[in-house]
This record gives sequence, structure tokens and C-alpha cells, in this order.
Amino acid sequence: MKQLFSFIRKEFHHIFRDKATVMILLMMPIIQIILFGFALSQEVKNTKVVVLSTTSDEATRRIINRIDASEYFDVVGTVHNSDEIDAAFRDGKAKLAMIFEDHFSENLKHTGKSHIQLIADATDPNAANSFMFYASNIISNYQQDISQPQSGGGMIVPEVKMLYNPQMLSAFNFVPGVLGMIMILICAMMTSIAIVREKEMGTMEILLVSPMKPMYTILSKISPYFVLSVINFATIMLLSVFVLKVPIAGSFISLLIVSLLYIFVALALGLLISTVTNSQLAAMMISGMGLMIPVMLLSGMIFPIENMPAFLRFISNFVPARWYIDAVKTIMIKGLGLGAVLKDVGVLLLMATVLVTISLKKFKVRLE
Amino acid sequence: MRRAMETVIKVENLTKRFGNFTAVDNISFEVKRGEIFGFLGANGAGKTTAMRMLCGLSIPTEGKGTVAGYDIFKQPELIKKSIGYMSQKFSMYEDLKVWENLELFGGIYGMNDKVIKQKTDELMIKLNFEDERDKLVKSLPLGFKQKLAFSVSIFHQPQVVFLDEPTGGVDPITRRRFWEMIYDATAQGITVFVTTHYMDEAEYCDRVSIMVDGRIEALDSPDNLKKQFNAKNMDEVFQQLARKAKRVDS
Repeated sequence: MKQLFSFIRKEFHHIFRDKATVMILLMMPIIQIILFGFALSQEVKNTKVVVLSTTSDEATRRIINRIDASEYFDVVGTVHNSDEIDAAFRDGKAKLAMIFEDHFSENLKHTGKSHIQLIADATDPNAANSFMFYASNIISNYQQDISQPQSGGGMIVPEVKMLYNPQMLSAFNFVPGVLGMIMILICAMMTSIAIVREKEMGTMEILLVSPMKPMYTILSKISPYFVLSVINFATIMLLSVFVLKVPIAGSFISLLIVSLLYIFVALALGLLISTVTNSQLAAMMISGMGLMIPVMLLSGMIFPIENMPAFLRFISNFVPARWYIDAVKTIMIKGLGLGAVLKDVGVLLLMATVLVTISLKKFKVRLE
Repeated sequence: MRRAMETVIKVENLTKRFGNFTAVDNISFEVKRGEIFGFLGANGAGKTTAMRMLCGLSIPTEGKGTVAGYDIFKQPELIKKSIGYMSQKFSMYEDLKVWENLELFGGIYGMNDKVIKQKTDELMIKLNFEDERDKLVKSLPLGFKQKLAFSVSIFHQPQVVFLDEPTGGVDPITRRRFWEMIYDATAQGITVFVTTHYMDEAEYCDRVSIMVDGRIEALDSPDNLKKQFNAKNMDEVFQQLARKAKRVDS
């Protein structure tokens, strides 16, 4: 035990004497949460709108006012012909153009039918989809309001309810994602680099010649990163609850259990990487390319897994973050218990067992 | 002048092959307690491989051997407790303080805190290192680091200490001082097994073996070797033998 404690103390010295790295590791979750929460928001707000309307009448004005009043849109001006619309799109002055047909209000009154054309800049298709959806909503709301007196005419009004995330906040989606990414980065990348550094410096040789048990070496190598990950987990939770107002709907204990399991998987991954590489650079490349990219792209953090081609869907099964993010969403956002994430927990447990077994076998006690 | 001729390292027909390549070819020798045994050879002659087998870092392909009375095949864990090791990279933890390195390695070898503290105090006085005690190792000059690395490798009073080119990159005066520490260690009954390619250092050894292409081509005291090869100094002895090498330096 004395061996183990001396060694764990040394590992903490290594990390905490390297002030820059500690700062990066502790600041990273904060920066990521802020980036995703405010800068890289997937919500579409203040989309610029230009209006083309030949007859300025009551209905047109009302609709424009409603559009302008919504937080999603900003009416930046009116134009007079289609050339000006083209110019507005080209210069980036507008993302959406609304074209009211001639005599809009009159047509609506007399024939009960009138047309608005919506033209969107769809260079960013997701954003275009979202604000088109918002604009159509605003228009149909207006329609319902004016048609209410003569109801009973067989009009179907769908009432949409957004479950678990009524305000459609993207924070509900990316908080679990950031959790999944940070843990992998700190545990897997940093652990593998820390072990490989001993190989590079030649100190691993000294350890192998000493009576130090390999298991102790591994345990003490991963312990500081385990502590750092738990601190980061706490930081992300505090930020998401108090700054982003994403509540923890389910049990915190369940969330903690799943997270500890995921940290364990990530540490085992780091260990495995360290057994197959001999330089810090290689370890960094493998964790960077081999872990970060799948976590970003194949975990469902940014792109929905359901939309992927079958091959990528298959690959995504091997990305631990996918199961973790799913479990976090279920517990944190939907508020369900551990019982609802048994599959995720099972897969993560299996991954942990396989990874630990392989890396312990491969961790070389002898230099060859 | 030294203690009874007790054998500490005994090796018979030791061989190590990597695929078709025979790195160490059928070597046999004995080292007595308190002896300074020089292990010489050009780069790629098989010195490091041979030494690693003795330290339990590498399993021999064939042959027999004991170190500190333990079998190199069956009891590598017991060997590890009885030896010290200093590699050519004089591997200390650069971001730890001087005393923290001593404490760490003391802890790894199972020494208790009181003994570690007492021995650290003694060592700092002996090396005149009291001002450096709280400094990070990376801030020390190379000669200091080497002295410290050697002190760490014998901190737990091993029976044998293996030194793999311990004095690379320092001037002859610093080397000479380093060798005074080695003599001091042998006076405490520690056997020293040292590889080097400085021929002036070979003269300081009690006995010297010279490896060429994985085989031991000569083994005797420096004086006897010089007579046998009719040479003025160890460098000439080495040159005569090394010329026979067929392997290209790696």
C-alpha cells in the first residue's frame, strides 16, 4: 500500500506542477459549455427578414408586426421588386423574404384565401427549416385568430406539445454531449499521454526494474484523472443547472452512477491506447482522431443517429459516448430512473470489461 | 582487500534471439560480491540486451542464470527487490523535487518513512546537496542529476546495482567524481555492474568483459587484458577486438 500511495502522490505532483495543463483541463468544460450554450447556439434567433408588399393593408401590417415582434425575426426593410430581394440575399442582408400578393387583405376578406410566398436562404438547411417552421406558425396563428368568430367550419387545429423540452432549448441536447466529450478527452487522452510520457522519458524502465506492481502503476496513473473528471462533472452540472437552466429531472444518484461508469470506460480506453503507442504524439493523435471525432459525429451529440446510413449507425454502436449521452438524456432530461437505461449501462459495462481485460494483458511488464 | 569471493551474478550459456537475430550469443560469466564489473562493447554488440535479461526485463531464450541468488527465469520479482538500476537516460522525475524523488523510490522499494527521512538527510549532507533538496530535478546541472540518479539507484541498499552508460555526456572530471561514488558503494558491499564506452572508465573496473557481436571475446582484469593483447591501454585492447565485429552498428 505504501508503494501505491507514494506513487499516487507523485502523479498528483506531475499534474499540479504543470499549471497550464491543469488550467486547461479545469477550464475546458466551462469554455465548452459557454461556447455551445451561447456562441454555437443551434436555435435560430433574429433572422433578418425583408418584406415585399404592394398594398399596405391591415392584414399585411398585422402579420409583419407579429413577425417582427417574435424573437426569431427582425424585419429589416421593405423591398419593391424581385431584383431587390435577390440583392438582399446576395448581400446577406436577409435570410427570409416575405412576399404578399396584391390586395392581400381584400382577397382574404372576399374570397377567404390569400397567398404569402416565403423565400429562404437555405445555405444552412437546418436553420432554414427552423425559421420557416417558426414563420409558418406565426402566420397560421394569425389566421386562427381572425377566423375564430366563424368557427365550426371543420377546421383542424393541431396542438403541438414539445415534451421534456417545451422551449426547444438546444442546451437540453448539448449538455449531455459536452459531458460525453469532456470525459473522453480528459480520461482517455490525458491518461494515455501520462503513461506514454513515462515510456518516452525512460522512467518506465526504472519502474519495470523496480518491484512496483504493474497494477499499482496503472491505478496511480489513472487516479488523478479520475479526480479531475469528477470535478469537471460537477462543474458541468452546476453550469447547466444554474446558468443554462437545464434542470436535472431524474435522480442525481443515477446520473452519477452512469457517469462514473463512463469515466471508467474512458480511463480503460486511455490505458489501451497507451499500451499500443510509444510516443506522446502518437497517443495524442490516436485519442484525437480515434476518439474525439467519433464522439463529435457518431454519438448523436450533433447529428441524430437515426438519420445516419446503416453503416455509420452500426459503427456508432461502438462509440461509448453514444450510450452515455443516451443515458444522460434519459435520466437528466426525461427524468426516468436507472431502469430506463439498463441497455446503456449494460453496453458500457461490457465495454469496460473488454477494454480493461485487453489493456491489462497488453500492459508490458517486460521490455522486449 | 575485498570480502570473501561470494558469487552474486552467475550466468551460463545465456542466449537471446529476436526472430533470426541472435542479440546475445551463449555468454557465461560470474561476478563476485563487491566487485566492479565492466561490461564493454560497441553499440549493438548486445550489452543492453544482456543487462536487461539480468534485471528481469527480458526473458532469455536459452541458458541459466542467477542474480543475488535468485533464478532469472523463475524469480524475477525477487531479483527486482535486490537490485538497483540506473539507465543511460538517468531516469529521475524531472518535475519532482530532489527529496520527493528519494521518497518515491524509497516508497517503491518498501522502505518506511523514518528510514527514508534519515537516509535522505544523510545523503544530502554527504553529497553537499542541502541547498538543492527542495529544487526540482529539472533545474539541476547534468552532473548533479547523474549523482542523484546513482544515489537513488542504491538508496534501498541493493545487492547489485546495474549502471547502463551512467556517465554519458559529462566531462572527465565529473566522471572521475562519479566513479568515487561507485567505489564508495562497493565499500558498502554493493556489487557494481556497469556498461560504458569510455575506455578511461574501463581502467577503473576490477574486471572487464568485452562483447563483440553478441559474444564475450575477452574477460579479465584491465592489467591482464593489456598484457594479453600486448596493448598500452584499454582503448587499444578494445580496438583490436572491435575490429573483428561483422555486425553493422545500429
